[in-house]
Amino acid sequence: MNYFVIGYYTLLIGASCLAAYYQARTAFLLLFSLTLGSFIMGIIGGEPALWFVTVSAGVIALAAGTSYAFREFLVIILPDEMSRNVKGAPLTASFGLFVVMTYAIAGLFAPVIAPFGEAEVISTAFAPADAQMLLGADQLGRDMFSRIIYGARNSVGLALLATAIAFFFGAVAGLIAATKGGWFDQAMGRVVDVVMSIPSIIFALLLLSIFGTSTTTLVIVIGVIYSPRVFRLSRAVAGNIVVMDYIEAAKLRGEGTWYLIRKEILPNSTAPLIAEFGLEFSFVFLLVAGLSFLGLGIQPPTADWGSMVRENATLVSFGEITPLIPAGAIALLTVAVNFIVDWMLYRSSGLKE
Amino acid sequence: MNDVVKIIFKRLGLGLVTLLVISVIIFSAVEMLPGDIAQAVLGQGATKENVAAMREQLGLDRPAVVRYFEWLGNAVTGDFGHSLVSQKQVSSAISERFANTLFLALYAAVIAVPVAILLGVLTALWRNTPFDRVANVATLTSISSPEFFLGYILILFLSVKTGYFPSLAKINAEMGFFEKLERMFLPALTMVLVVVAHMMRMTRSAIINLLASPYIEMARLKGVPGWRIITHHALPNAWAPIINVIALNLAYLVTGVVLVEVVFVFPGIGQMLVDSVTKRDFPVVQACCLIFAATFILLNLAADVGAILTNPRLRHPK
Repeated sequence: MNYFVIGYYTLLIGASCLAAYYQARTAFLLLFSLTLGSFIMGIIGGEPALWFVTVSAGVIALAAGTSYAFREFLVIILPDEMSRNVKGAPLTASFGLFVVMTYAIAGLFAPVIAPFGEAEVISTAFAPADAQMLLGADQLGRDMFSRIIYGARNSVGLALLATAIAFFFGAVAGLIAATKGGWFDQAMGRVVDVVMSIPSIIFALLLLSIFGTSTTTLVIVIGVIYSPRVFRLSRAVAGNIVVMDYIEAAKLRGEGTWYLIRKEILPNSTAPLIAEFGLEFSFVFLLVAGLSFLGLGIQPPTADWGSMVRENATLVSFGEITPLIPAGAIALLTVAVNFIVDWMLYRSSGLKE
Repeated sequence: MNDVVKIIFKRLGLGLVTLLVISVIIFSAVEMLPGDIAQAVLGQGATKENVAAMREQLGLDRPAVVRYFEWLGNAVTGDFGHSLVSQKQVSSAISERFANTLFLALYAAVIAVPVAILLGVLTALWRNTPFDRVANVATLTSISSPEFFLGYILILFLSVKTGYFPSLAKINAEMGFFEKLERMFLPALTMVLVVVAHMMRMTRSAIINLLASPYIEMARLKGVPGWRIITHHALPNAWAPIINVIALNLAYLVTGVVLVEVVFVFPGIGQMLVDSVTKRDFPVVQACCLIFAATFILLNLAADVGAILTNPRLRHPK
């Protein structure tokens, strides 16, 4: 027993008692189950386990604080109607917005933020961190921090481009299929069924082995693999809309397919489609990261998070966490996008569940 | 009962057709190579004689349709031809690795399925409580993390820092069962983390959907306690979606294994696929893709058939 352990339990138990006294049921349940959990973890893992809990609690508190501040900030600076929407957002959603904004800034202004170029060799291989290199050097002596910043531009940019392509073709085909119906709808449906019954990473590996691993092929291959998913969703969404009376009225007016899609169906299906774009983006982003990790995605010397993990993976066996930072960057962005999508789905469905 | 059998046979036939179409896709993908296999493998610098010899050896002078049926016929009997790199029989190299992959997937499934269903039921029962919120955020994080991130975190904390488990999952046939289990623990745990998150969320939403139905309301008004509503009223009707969830996630386990195998240097079929993609060893790539696709389709089929069989409305037709 030392001061840290005593202080740790005193704080937890004291806080749970306070919560119980003030009838804060949620807070009490959380705090007290944490106390009970810590007993078990402390017995198994000893003091390091308790430090781990403390640090994670600190990180979560920091994240919650940032999200709260960011939400209030958005409420103040945004115009009236948008700020009302943001006001009701859960903290997770504003955390997601904050992360996405940070990544966007890092990606857009990468050359300004990064102290060195992405392919610039400035030190020896695996040099430890110093005042110049915040995170040390990678396997060729390039600055890890600069490469992570550039990675925000390359990895996210490529995933965005691929998603946009998949989304454009999938959504257009889906909307046309739903509006026109008939043989086009049937044929597309069968094709989509087949493509979707091949697991995406296997399909990607097959196509990449044949067409090689240039960035252009990568984008096209991912577009081919993911557009069927978008097709299904947009067809389902539009399918619910084309049976509405106002579509019937527009058809009787003699409007063409293109007008129907653009003026009647699209405005009424934006919310689910945008949410779907977010979801698709996180799938595509994970797939690109996985392919890069396997050495088949974005090719060196372009800085990319997936390949950075692979190149520096040996460091993990020496107990270093640097190779985990790019992997964590991937995870953080995907989590953030998922938080935002969750919130949007909740808002558009208006369900309480 | 007749109807059910009919539906199931229809579904099986559809699965078979899909598999056939996929075999065509896998075969014709290689045909789409610029030039042909011989040219692609030997490269630009190859002499005409070499290319011609290789064409002869692979029988490329015959039309593609003939070769497709030959390839398919051999594949069905378990013969995938010879590797272009090592010249060995593809099927003998694959069979042992495929067994390893299936073993890993099964290992992960045995841990993941009970945990996920229990947690799913609990979160559905205690929905909108702190427990549910924490579980929601935790599972979302786990789903959103790339497998290699989870894998390296586990290696760092459970192997390098503490030394509880071996970080590399190198196994061979001579090892005892429990030694294998110990070596494969970390890759299995990585997959468990991803799959549990998926399954739990799907189980939770399946049960919550059911809890909104009138007969549950009735049971509640009757004064049946909460856990009994779940076990006696909700679960029997939730089996269909839950079985669906399990089969879908098993399908994921078998195919999502590629990245995990590479992280842990596990001698499975996923790593073999990645290796042969980099070496452009097309017969092996084709064989691996076909096996993965077939497993994936079979498990999806199992999901559908399971859902049909457990659907009370179909089992007792009017």
